[in-house]
Amino acid sequence: MVVEFETLYSGTVSSIPILLIICFGASVVALIGLVWAISARQFQMGPGAATVIFEEGEQGHQVDPIRPYGVEAKERQALDQSCRRASLYLICSSVLWLLVGSAAGLVASLKFHQPELLVEQAWLTFGRLRPFHLNIVAYGWSSMAGMGVALWLMPRLLRTPLVGERYAVWGAHLWNLGVFLGGASLLSGVTQGLEWLEFPWPVDILLATAGAMVGVPLLLTLKHRRVNHLYVSTWYIGAALLWFPFLFVISNVPGVFSGIPLAAVNWWFAHNVLGLWLTPLGLAAAYYFIPKVLGVPIHSYQLSLLGFWSLALFYSQAGIHHLIGGPVPRWLVAISVVHSVSMFIPVIAVAVNHHFTILGHFQAVRKSPTLRFVVVGAMTYTLVSFQGSIEAVPSFNHIVHFTHYTVAHAHLGVYGFMSMIMFGSFYFVIPRLTGREWPYRGWVEAHFWLVFLGLTVYVVSMSVAGWLQGQALLNADGTFLDSLRVTTAYLPWRSVGGGLMTAGHAVFAIHLVLLLSGSEVKA
Amino acid sequence: MKQVLGFLSGALGMLVFATVMLVLMPTLFIEGDPVVSLPPDVLRGREQYIGLGCVYCHSQQPRAVSVSPADEAWGWGKPEDPSFYAGQEPHLLGTMRTGPDLLHIADRQPSRQWHLVHLFNPREVVGESIMPSYPFLFKVVAEASDRSVTLPDGRHIEPTPDGEDLLAYILSLKGD
Repeated sequence: MVVEFETLYSGTVSSIPILLIICFGASVVALIGLVWAISARQFQMGPGAATVIFEEGEQGHQVDPIRPYGVEAKERQALDQSCRRASLYLICSSVLWLLVGSAAGLVASLKFHQPELLVEQAWLTFGRLRPFHLNIVAYGWSSMAGMGVALWLMPRLLRTPLVGERYAVWGAHLWNLGVFLGGASLLSGVTQGLEWLEFPWPVDILLATAGAMVGVPLLLTLKHRRVNHLYVSTWYIGAALLWFPFLFVISNVPGVFSGIPLAAVNWWFAHNVLGLWLTPLGLAAAYYFIPKVLGVPIHSYQLSLLGFWSLALFYSQAGIHHLIGGPVPRWLVAISVVHSVSMFIPVIAVAVNHHFTILGHFQAVRKSPTLRFVVVGAMTYTLVSFQGSIEAVPSFNHIVHFTHYTVAHAHLGVYGFMSMIMFGSFYFVIPRLTGREWPYRGWVEAHFWLVFLGLTVYVVSMSVAGWLQGQALLNADGTFLDSLRVTTAYLPWRSVGGGLMTAGHAVFAIHLVLLLSGSEVKA
Repeated sequence: MKQVLGFLSGALGMLVFATVMLVLMPTLFIEGDPVVSLPPDVLRGREQYIGLGCVYCHSQQPRAVSVSPADEAWGWGKPEDPSFYAGQEPHLLGTMRTGPDLLHIADRQPSRQWHLVHLFNPREVVGESIMPSYPFLFKVVAEASDRSVTLPDGRHIEPTPDGEDLLAYILSLKGD
């Protein structure tokens, strides 16, 4: 115990009292906030809040997921048209980046079992393709898809046509340019060298400016809104738009952080880009589409309030669990472990809301492509979040840290949750933006099963491989090579899974081109 | 919720709090030793290490015996204090061990010969390795020289300047 005591205090003698003072101050501020919220009746939702997404007569009717409108009120068409250019542009861009990103991921995966594949050129080496894959799917695919769907959601949530759409279109141009230049610079070996923060800072300036420009119409629309109640999806989108620039700018300022504090900044950012950027965008979509397609309000609106605020509190401090067992002060790791485990609270709140709303409507899940993707995404969110909380427990983390298990977890999150929900949203949004139907029902089926099976193969094989690898890495009686040997049988399966997902993306992209080149449906 | 401003400041406040805990506190309270200036070739080699993405398979943070008994048993050395990493930008702690930890690689493998052959084609020295080859860091030369190494098939290879820098960096990774 003496040793632990010393480690806790070594080099950080004054940090513990300060930590206590900060925590005390924070709880006082939080208490004042709570008193204010109660006295200002912020918690009184009334029946209006959960049903703000429905027009009169829409409740109780399932919306045919593919055919535009149907029972939906006519006034929606004007709202959808107000964001048409920006939203469609962002969505189509994201699909393009998805194809590029998944191809890069697939080649990187092949290199694990074909190490002599494409080794002649530096730009094709594993150490460049891997960060290229990550940044393209994180900033090109997920972020642009999320922003595209958010731009479409906001006018509907606020019952107000999008104000200032052209800023978002310009923002999307800049964002595309940023992702292109960033990707090219990573392949040429110019990188900041920090996971999730690889893009060099000039590119970051582009992305930050672009993000702000996409945010402008959303804030303007919020200002001119015609609804009294802000629906839960609005909170998530609004907060994400605030959180992301804050995170992105602070962590990318060059020359301020170095050494272990830089590692802390690195994982504070990397975990929050999932938790406070992609997750809220994904949850916002799920909170809209599940009740919307079913025609029933969300299970418990009060619970969604708890889910939101506890997510903001706990997720934001979870990131340092990526440094467990490393050369990092214990108090810092302890903060993140506690908050990671506390993530059970927001996740259960969201899970109850999503899953209980679905209960009894499984027929609709089978029928509606939107619901099918979104519900699988919402279920994966519960699963991957529970898994993440458990992974942050040190005794478990010691086994899976440094292994493919974590890679599987990351894919379960960004793909199984975020990407699936984005696909589901696209099936709903794109027909309404274009006035055109998806031409082939069978292609939707093919898309779903290819990516679903691909993801399953990927996650199962890499979880098993990572688990075995982690055991071997702790075994002093073995050798390091044992930790490689136990994985080799599984590594090709990652390529199989990745290949299936990539094929699914190709099916979806071709289907999208067919839709766009088809003719408009008469309303 | 109805008050947009109250809501947005609450949401931002949460993140500011997290920033104080996870960004400000470590920056203020993790002390560092004065930064040791590295020789120029080692510094350039570190840039190669970063640019080629070595960090995606190799960590630089041996674990304590209480966490993993294997690290020290395999000769990876003891964990370093946070202050050891002071001034590193980017840090190269790494999150994956597809390959072994490299913080003290030159202690257990100090041979220039070995590293050159290994970088040219890892499978020449470790049959089961899945590390990529880096042929673009070498040129095949007709005559052996003091800078070249000879492969098992008789060819002589010489590192390019980039390869030489990377090697200098790798050989600088040792304990005291």
